[in-house]
Amino acid sequence: METRPKRVFLALSRSLRTTLFLTIACAGIASTVYADNDTQYDDPLGDSVDLDLISDIERQPVQISDIDTENFEIGISGGLLSIEDFETNPVVVGSLTYHVTEDFFVEARFGTSKIGTTSFEKLSGGASLLSDDDRDIRFYDLSLGLNLFPGETFIFNRWAVNSGFYFVGGVGSTEFAGDQKFTASGGVGYRIIANDFLAMNLQVRDHIFETEITGESKTTHNFEVVAGISIFF
Amino acid sequence: MNVSKNISRLLLVLACLVASSTANANSSAKSESDKPPNTKVTKVVDPYLEMRTGPGRGYPIFYVVEEGEMITIDKRRTDWFKIETNSRHEKSGWVHVTQMVRTVNADDAFVTFPNSSLSDAADRKWEWSMSGGDFQGASLISSAVTYRFTRNIAVQLQGSQILGDVSDGLMLVASIQHSPFPHWRLSPYFQLGTGVLHTEPFSTIVQSEDRTNQTVNAGAGANLYLTRRFLMFLDYRYHTVLTSRDKNEEISEWKLGLSVFF
Repeated sequence: METRPKRVFLALSRSLRTTLFLTIACAGIASTVYADNDTQYDDPLGDSVDLDLISDIERQPVQISDIDTENFEIGISGGLLSIEDFETNPVVVGSLTYHVTEDFFVEARFGTSKIGTTSFEKLSGGASLLSDDDRDIRFYDLSLGLNLFPGETFIFNRWAVNSGFYFVGGVGSTEFAGDQKFTASGGVGYRIIANDFLAMNLQVRDHIFETEITGESKTTHNFEVVAGISIFF
Repeated sequence: MNVSKNISRLLLVLACLVASSTANANSSAKSESDKPPNTKVTKVVDPYLEMRTGPGRGYPIFYVVEEGEMITIDKRRTDWFKIETNSRHEKSGWVHVTQMVRTVNADDAFVTFPNSSLSDAADRKWEWSMSGGDFQGASLISSAVTYRFTRNIAVQLQGSQILGDVSDGLMLVASIQHSPFPHWRLSPYFQLGTGVLHTEPFSTIVQSEDRTNQTVNAGAGANLYLTRRFLMFLDYRYHTVLTSRDKNEEISEWKLGLSVFF
């Protein structure tokens, strides 16, 4: 005769056995399915077998034209442009870059901003050196860039993003006070490559041109600081 | 008590079925995506292929593809290829062209990629250049597109901005160029061209009037191949500007620039 505790124990163990059996059976089914896949596509212990199977795929000669080349980068940035003697104003810059090699790139940029007022204009009251139309400033430049120190930047302990510094230098033209000025420009930038097609950058650039606006001809340095986003295509 | 036990077993069985069917679904999805487009698959025949996190030698190597493995080429940026492995690891990263040319096609022939050697530079078709220089005392900024019909003959369309002390100008010139020795590293060329020159004298100068004239020019220059993607050039042109006045204007143009090939 079974005692009550014994009965309870037996009943429990029976139900446990059934559950266990069911679980094992299910796991078995599932693993068979996985195992099936494994033998078909890859097997951790039999790489050579896999490779033979894969090499049997009917394939054709590589079509170079089918490979997407992404050497162009189009971007937009915004920031501040300081015009010597004429305050600092917001600037918007559009750019098109062609990456020639991993080290060199060529870049065309177009930017637009406003010219502020000189301290002379402020102090004199009404006197104005420039008409309102002449207070728009537009510039373009063609530059050669050199990538420096490509590598990874670590964000805390967790993330690593591709990044790099670059130097740029070139020539262009600035429409300043109604005149076109031959402009040499150069600067340095920092680029973070977020993924295969998206990058973010920060650039500081000096635009150097001559003006006669204050009465004498002088070389002016006009600094631009912009942050932007760009897409590779 | 029994009812609840049965229900729990039923649930367990259902869960198992769901699990195994998901496994099935996963595997079928995997096999679909594993099937690569055939025209982008090559096989590694070197002992190994180094995969980097980015398209540049400064980015770290994070994986090595073994000899015999199949790789699918995804895209190219400069001399770097983004590839995916077709093995169970499914890694994707960037590989340099010098390693990619050591992979083989289905017929066991090495894959050839364009622009992988200096001699390819002479066979290029399209070229884009930018330059700066002097236009009879004024500053000159130029940009040009060149199309090469043969190794020797090319046509060029060039746009220039001229920034002078007394006037500004814009010039558009089409020219034909002949390079007698295209395979030389420092290769000379000769050119003939024609175009239009638009001049805008500054308003402070008396008798200022915008004018547009035709210009014909002849010139010569030399290309110096720096790398297989870059060249530097020095260019001289002698312009005759056909004016409506008694005398035509004679203008010398010098410039130094850089070209890239496509």
